[in-house]
Amino acid sequence: MAEHVVPQKTYLWVWVALMLLMLATAGLSRVNLGEWSTPVALAIAVTKALLVVLFFMHVRYESQKMTWVVVIAGFFWLFLMLGLTMTDYLSRGYLGVAGH
Amino acid sequence: MHDSQVIAGEHLRPHFADMEQQRETATLGMWVFLVTEIIFFGGLFAAYLVYRSAHYDAWLIGSEHMSFWIGTINTVILLCSSLFVALAVRAAQLGQNKMCALLLGIAAAMGLLFLGLKGVEYHQHFVEGAVPGSLWRLQVPDATSVQMFFYIYYVMTGLHALHVTIGVVLLLIIAWYALKGRYSPQYHNPVEISGLYWHFVDIVWIFLYPLLYLIGHKKA
Amino acid sequence: MGTLTTPAVERENYLNADYGIKSWLLTTDHKRIALLYLISITAMFLIGGFAATLIRIELLTPAGDFMSSDTYNKMFSIHGIVMVFFFLVPSIPAVLGNFLIPMMVGAKDLAFPKINLLSWYLYMAGAGLMVYVVLTGGVDTGWTFYTPFSSTYSNTHVIGAVVAIFIAGFSSILTGLNFIVTIHRMRAPGMTWSRLPLFCWSHYATAVIMVLATPSVAIALTLVGLERAFHIGIFDPRLGGDPLLFQHLFWFYSHPAVYIMVLPSMGVVSEVVSTFSRKRVFGYAFVALASIAIAVLGFLVWAHHMFVAGISAYAAMVFSILSYFVAVPSAIKVFNWTATMYKGSISLSTPMLYALGFIGLFTMGGMTGLFVASLGVDVHVHDTYFIIAHFHYIMVGGAVMGYLAGVHFWWPKISGRMYPEVWGKLAAGIIFAGFNLTFFPQFVLGYLGMPRRYHAYPPEFQVLNVLSSAGASILAVGYILPLIYMLWSLRYGEVAVDNPWGATGLEWRTASPPPTENFVETPVVTWEAYDYSTVPEVPVAR
Repeated sequence: MAEHVVPQKTYLWVWVALMLLMLATAGLSRVNLGEWSTPVALAIAVTKALLVVLFFMHVRYESQKMTWVVVIAGFFWLFLMLGLTMTDYLSRGYLGVAGH
Repeated sequence: MHDSQVIAGEHLRPHFADMEQQRETATLGMWVFLVTEIIFFGGLFAAYLVYRSAHYDAWLIGSEHMSFWIGTINTVILLCSSLFVALAVRAAQLGQNKMCALLLGIAAAMGLLFLGLKGVEYHQHFVEGAVPGSLWRLQVPDATSVQMFFYIYYVMTGLHALHVTIGVVLLLIIAWYALKGRYSPQYHNPVEISGLYWHFVDIVWIFLYPLLYLIGHKKA
Repeated sequence: MGTLTTPAVERENYLNADYGIKSWLLTTDHKRIALLYLISITAMFLIGGFAATLIRIELLTPAGDFMSSDTYNKMFSIHGIVMVFFFLVPSIPAVLGNFLIPMMVGAKDLAFPKINLLSWYLYMAGAGLMVYVVLTGGVDTGWTFYTPFSSTYSNTHVIGAVVAIFIAGFSSILTGLNFIVTIHRMRAPGMTWSRLPLFCWSHYATAVIMVLATPSVAIALTLVGLERAFHIGIFDPRLGGDPLLFQHLFWFYSHPAVYIMVLPSMGVVSEVVSTFSRKRVFGYAFVALASIAIAVLGFLVWAHHMFVAGISAYAAMVFSILSYFVAVPSAIKVFNWTATMYKGSISLSTPMLYALGFIGLFTMGGMTGLFVASLGVDVHVHDTYFIIAHFHYIMVGGAVMGYLAGVHFWWPKISGRMYPEVWGKLAAGIIFAGFNLTFFPQFVLGYLGMPRRYHAYPPEFQVLNVLSSAGASILAVGYILPLIYMLWSLRYGEVAVDNPWGATGLEWRTASPPPTENFVETPVVTWEAYDYSTVPEVPVAR
C-alpha cells in the first residue's frame, strides 16, 4: 500500500511538544498579559490543534490532496460563520440609525 | 496467498476497484463528516463569542469559578489519549492487532477518566451553586451575565462529553475487533477513521480549555 | 442497445433481481433506495399539500371563519416544515441523485451504500416523528422557529418538531457526504471532471452546501430544544439572551438551504434542455462553475432574512450588496440554457415543457429576489405575501417543476416504461396555469400590504385571494395527474428502449431498467459531455 507509516519517535516528539505547549498555556494564564492574554492563548491552542491535525491525523503525510481542501474548507467556513455573524454584533451603533 | 491478503480480499467491497480506493474513500468520507462537526460545535463558539464580546467582565468572573486543575488535568489526559490512538493506528498499519487493541483500550480508559473528572467537576459546580436558574447561589455582580457564561459552559462541555462518550464506545468496538485479529497492513480503515474522530474530539477540547478556563489572569 | 430481443424490463434488472420486503428494506442498491425515497417524499408532499389546501380554503373569505387563528398558525407551520425539510430538501438529491449519480459517473454504486440506506432510515424516523407531531397537536412557530416564542412561549410540540428536523438533517448530511466522496473517488476511467454531466456538478455543489450548512440549523434547533426542556437562557431576553443569535444560526443554514432546493433542479434542466435541443449545453464550464459559485456565494447573504429584525444597519447594507451578487451565477445559467436552445432541434416533450416552465418561473422568482435584496423595498414587503410569492415562484415554479421534469425524463430508465405523453403534456399545462393563478396574485397582495401568516384580512383583498385559492385547486389537479398516470404506466405503459430520448449520459448507455450493478462492464469514457455524435438519432415522434 502506498501508505506512509509514521515512526514512533515522531509521535513521541509531537506529544512532548503538546505537553510543553500545555505547560506554556497553563502557566501564561496566571500571568497578566493584558489584552494579549487571549491572542496568546488562542495561538497556543491553534498550534496544538495543528500538531494534532498534521501528525496524529496524518494530514502531513496524506496522499489525497482533497483531504487538505476539506480541512481548510471546514475551518474557513467556521470563520465565515463566526466572522459574518460578528459583523452584525460589532457594528451595532456604527450608523446613527434609530434602534440600530 | 498471504493470510493478510486473504483477509484483505474478504474486506474489499464489490463497488470498489481495489483496497487503495476503498481506504482513500473511507478517509475522505470521515473528514467530510468531521467538517460537519466543526460547524455544529461552531454554532456554540458563535454563541460564546457574541456573549463574551458583550459581557467580558462576567466572563472573567465565570472563568474564575472554573476548576483550573480539573480542566488542566483533563486537557493533559485527552492529549495523551490522542498519542495512544495515533500509536494504535500505527500498530494496525503494521498488522500488530494485539498491540493495537491494548493501545485503544488505554485511550478509551483515558476517555472514561476524562468523563469521570468532568462528573466530579459538575458535582462541584452543583455544590457551589454554580448552576444557572433556580439553583443559582453564587454571589457575583451581573449575575445574569455570569449565568449566561455557565449556560454556554454547560452546553459546550456537555455536548463535548457526549462526543467523548461516543468516541469511547467506538474505540472499544474497534479494540474488540483488533483483538479478534481483524486488521492488517492492507485493511485497517476502521481503526484509522475512528482515530480521526477521536483526535477531532481532542481538538474541540484544545479550544474549549483556554476559552473557558484560562480567561484573564488569576492571582498565582 | 438493440441486440437483445427481450426488453430490459423483462430481463433481470435491479427491480426483479430479488423479491420480498427484506430485499427492499435491507437493500444497499442505490437505485432501490432512490425508489424508497420516492415513495416517502411523495407521502410527505401530500401531507404538506393538505395543509396548503386548508390554508387556501381559509383564505377564501376575509374573516377567520374556517379555523381559529391558533389552528391557522399550526397549518402554515406544518406546511412550511413538511415542504421544506421533508420534501424539497431531499426530493431531487435523494430520488434522482441517488438513482443517477453512480451511473452518471460510471460506478457500480455510491461510495457508501450502507450509509445511503441509513440516510433513508433516518429520513423515515424524522418523517415519522413529524407525522406524530402533526397528529398530536402540531406546532405553531412557523417553519422558522423564531425565539423566544419557540423556546419559551409556544404551547405546541416544538421539541418533537425540532428533533424530527434534526434527524432529517442528519439524513441530508449523509446523502451530501456520499455524493461528494462518490464524485471525487468513484468516476470511471476517462470520466474527467470536465466530462461530468452538469447534473453531477449541480449535485456536487448541493452536497457541499448540505455538509457545510445543515449542522448550523442542527445546533440552532438543538439549543431551542434545550431551552424549552431545561429553561436555559441562550436565546431568552429575560435571562440575557439574544433572540437574534438564533436567527443568525438558523439562517446560516436556511439561506444556503434554498440553494440545496434549487441547484438540483437546475441540474435537471441542464440535462433536459440539452437533450431536447439535441445540442451541447452552451458554456459548459460557466454553467459548472456557476453551480459552485451559487453554493459559495449563498453562504454570504443570510442576514437578508433579518433586515427588519434588529441587526445593525451597517450589517444590513453589507448583506444587501452581497445578495445582489448571488443572483449573477443563476442568471448566467439562464442565459446559457437559452443559448443552448438557440438553433437547436427542439422537441416539446413533457420534460422539456417542465424545463421551459422552470426557466421562465425561476427567472421571475429570481428577479423578485433582487427586489427584496434591496433594503428599502424589503422594509415594506418583508413578512407580506410578496415574499411568499417570491419564494413559491422559485420553489414551486422552479424546484418542483424541475423535479417533475426529472421524474418524467428518467422514468423510462427507472421503470423500463414510458409514461403516457399526452397526459404528461396535459398535466404540465394544468400545473403551469394553476401555479401562475395561485401565486401571481400574491405578488400584488403583498405589494398592497397583506401580511403573511394571518388567517383574516381586510375585505379589499378578497378578490385576489379567491383567484389564488382557485389557482391552488387547479394546481392540485395538476399534481394528482402524474401520480395516477405514472402508476398506471408501470403496468400498461409502453415498454421503453435503453435510450428513448437519444440523450448522451452514461446512464442511457445501459439497459432501461438497469441491472443491479449498473453496467455489465465498467465504461471507459472517451467522449466529451453532451456529444450527440456518439448517440443514434431519435425519431421525432413526440
